[in-house]
Amino acid sequence: MAGVRPDQRPISPHVSIWRWHVTMASSILHRATGFGLYVAALGLALWLMAAAAGPQMYEPLMAFLMGPLGQIALYLIVAAIAYHLANGIRHLVFDTGAGLAPSEADTTAWFVILFAIAVPIGLWALLTFGGVR
Amino acid sequence: MSGPERSMRTPLGRVRHHGAAGEGTGHFIAQRWTAIALALLAPWFVVNAALSIGGGSYTAVIDFLTDPVNAVGVMLLVAVSFYHMALGMQEIIADYIHKPFSKISLLLLNAFVPFVLAAGAVFAVLLVNFGA
Repeated sequence: MAGVRPDQRPISPHVSIWRWHVTMASSILHRATGFGLYVAALGLALWLMAAAAGPQMYEPLMAFLMGPLGQIALYLIVAAIAYHLANGIRHLVFDTGAGLAPSEADTTAWFVILFAIAVPIGLWALLTFGGVR
Repeated sequence: MSGPERSMRTPLGRVRHHGAAGEGTGHFIAQRWTAIALALLAPWFVVNAALSIGGGSYTAVIDFLTDPVNAVGVMLLVAVSFYHMALGMQEIIADYIHKPFSKISLLLLNAFVPFVLAAGAVFAVLLVNFGA
């Protein structure tokens, strides 16, 4: 390190000195959506068991899922799946060593976030205006 | 018993066989292959389930689950996703929970709860198809 002035060296992460990065948000969101989807998957198992148990178990659960809170939860679950899916693929690409330059990682992080916003809107629009049901 | 400063053992001798669990590579690979499988299974399920049973009726969900392709797909989704999420939660617990008792308790809970619910969910799909 002789000859390198300290102020030119990279500064290690510091608790109070940092700048917001989209890559930072994308990393935190990946873990947060993963945690949320853990809970959602436990719900999926309960939903399947309620369906197997018969209408008297299934109807109250479905009434909740079709109600405002349930619909908001399902909307967020779809957004979380879209996010975790797209960012997971981004990480699989990272594993090959590609896309790790800051500019590329920033671009793909924004793309993943926009994808996660677009997918639930798209699915909702398909179900509402698509005439499928 | 005696502190390390009293010991005749070398620093290397003290740390050997007490370090990493030696299974990190297996965890890494399992996390990746389940991720790739879920990249296909999860969107398939979300779109199909939303289109088939979005209306919310009981008969719609039974019709959906009694289709053989859907039944196999849902069982695969449950098995692979529960494995994937247990691996991910194991990582979160290892990162954030440091007290030994809390850590071991949560790791055990994370090892058991997904298995129990996955078994219940797979059995539920079988029951819908072959049950009384």
